[in-house]
Amino acid sequence: MNIIVCVKHIPDPNLPGVMDGFRLKREGVQGVLDPGDEFGVEAGLRLKEELGGEVTLVSMGPAQAQEALRRGLSMGADKAVLISDDSLRGADALVTARVLAAAIKRGAFDLVIAGVESTDGYTGTMPATLAELLGVPQLTFTTAIEVSDGRLRVRRQSADGYQVVECSFPCVMTVTAGVNEPRYASFKGIMAAKKKPFEQLSTSELEVEPDALKPGQEVVEVSLVEQRKAGEVLPDDGQGAVRIATFLKEAKVI
Amino acid sequence: MDLDLSSEQQEFQKMMRSFVDDAIRPHAESWDRDGELPMDAVAQMAGLGLFGLVFPEEYGGSGAELLTLCLAIEEIARVDSSLAITLEAAVGLGAMPILRFGTEGQKAKWLPSLAAGAALAGFGLTEPDGGSDAGATRTTARLGDDGRWVVNGSKAFITNSGTPITSFVTITAITGERDGRKEISAIIIPNGTPGFEIGRPYQKMGWHHSDTHELAFNDCRVPEENLLGARGEGFKNFLRILDDGRIAIAALAVGLAQGCVDESLSYVHGRSAFGRSIGTFQALQFKIADMALKTDLARQSFYRAAWLKEQGRSYRKEAAMAKLYASEIAVEVARDAVQIHGGYGYIEEFAVCRHYRDAKILEIGEGTSEIMRLLIARELGLPEG
Repeated sequence: MNIIVCVKHIPDPNLPGVMDGFRLKREGVQGVLDPGDEFGVEAGLRLKEELGGEVTLVSMGPAQAQEALRRGLSMGADKAVLISDDSLRGADALVTARVLAAAIKRGAFDLVIAGVESTDGYTGTMPATLAELLGVPQLTFTTAIEVSDGRLRVRRQSADGYQVVECSFPCVMTVTAGVNEPRYASFKGIMAAKKKPFEQLSTSELEVEPDALKPGQEVVEVSLVEQRKAGEVLPDDGQGAVRIATFLKEAKVI
Repeated sequence: MDLDLSSEQQEFQKMMRSFVDDAIRPHAESWDRDGELPMDAVAQMAGLGLFGLVFPEEYGGSGAELLTLCLAIEEIARVDSSLAITLEAAVGLGAMPILRFGTEGQKAKWLPSLAAGAALAGFGLTEPDGGSDAGATRTTARLGDDGRWVVNGSKAFITNSGTPITSFVTITAITGERDGRKEISAIIIPNGTPGFEIGRPYQKMGWHHSDTHELAFNDCRVPEENLLGARGEGFKNFLRILDDGRIAIAALAVGLAQGCVDESLSYVHGRSAFGRSIGTFQALQFKIADMALKTDLARQSFYRAAWLKEQGRSYRKEAAMAKLYASEIAVEVARDAVQIHGGYGYIEEFAVCRHYRDAKILEIGEGTSEIMRLLIARELGLPEG
């Protein structure tokens, strides 16, 4: 089975984000493999261990993004492709999907795995767009995965429970955090990653129209999230429990 | 001069840090209270290949440098000294003598499971009546008429000797006399051999969930081929192994000290007295600065010793210096961390309490501070007393 896992190199979410105009500064800051993508890599590796085949990582990003790909290779992926091009700075989710689709179409694939959304941009629209561009079905928000009789069958997280959905290959699948427990890279894996095939491409090496690489989205304003306000302190006059329950109901928690 | 770790070592260190935070930190306190080696944690460490790091790939290892193993030990010791010493002793005392002095047959038989972390082994040198003094060895091994060693005696404080996956203990024993002196050889005793009894675990001051036992041998018979290394070389060979072990113990001590610095930093940020954060008091700032200083110097000293080894240069003195300095500052730094924590430092919910108990043994195990000073003095050319 040819498994593609889309991964993203993002600024370390544990450090304060640095802005570069209306964009998140990506170059020269400490980056990591998007923690959400670790679940995708793990899902790919488990399917490969079960069914055989190959796991290929695909990413779009600055040259520094190869760190994220190395991390995935250390975990056990077989090879990696990085599409890196100055013209892609400020690409939106649609452009990203077009670039990844073009890269994925260069070879045969059975399954494309992605996280539900990135931990920096959070648009969550890329995987669905990618499935449309590849012309294959998509299974999203998966929390459990199995393959039987040559079909992919997943549990799909919904607001009030889960749905069981299945489809044939090839397809796109997005995984939630919690679908598995990503493995740690061993030292052997880290050493082996150095020797695995690593391909870096520019957009000119992909079959994609130059116009399709221009972002259609324009960021007109960026503002900071409102600082969290101090909580409300209610002295317990015997009605404490009721007031807490009312508060939680208003917050739609219970 | 290049003081950087390789990019692979840096990545490995990061991975170790997140593994320790996720899989060890949440349990360290309760493991310590239970006082039993947590075998599921050992299995997770084995899954990461930690027990095989420095062994050749032909035995299932990763062929890494000693420093890489030290990085793993340091990261674990920031949080849990018992598991750090379990790894250190498994590699340095259990498996390494087989790699260094074993026959091809012995290596093929024992190393793959040890490197995989599927089995553990111990080394028995110390006896109830003597540790640092080789001449005090009383355990005997007589080659019987049936071509088997008959072992009698006892060993004390043997790490990893009684775990559910311990496969053998290598012991030193008197096998005869040569030029009027005791001839000491190393012999492999598989666990389960009749006459080999594993005593109850010790009630230790620290290292509570590291597995340590007294061992007794009563007419315990093993095949002649279980001799490890040349006959009469048992003690000498063991001393050669200890140089590497000292670098690893220094790494463990540095990890403990760093753990104390980290805990103290986070504590002083959160605690207030006299209307302000206690982190603003110079008295505590100076204390923490000194703790960090000592920790960093100790780290440089074990890095240097490991580097000298990798360069194929002499490192005995530097290894002894690293072990001596790192273990002594670990005790000091842990004591200061408890002081910074005040009353909370004296209760078990705070990690520094455990770190303080765990620190002391570092000045004793794998060569006492006194032996380290003697060794350094010898390396400086000073005469034997």
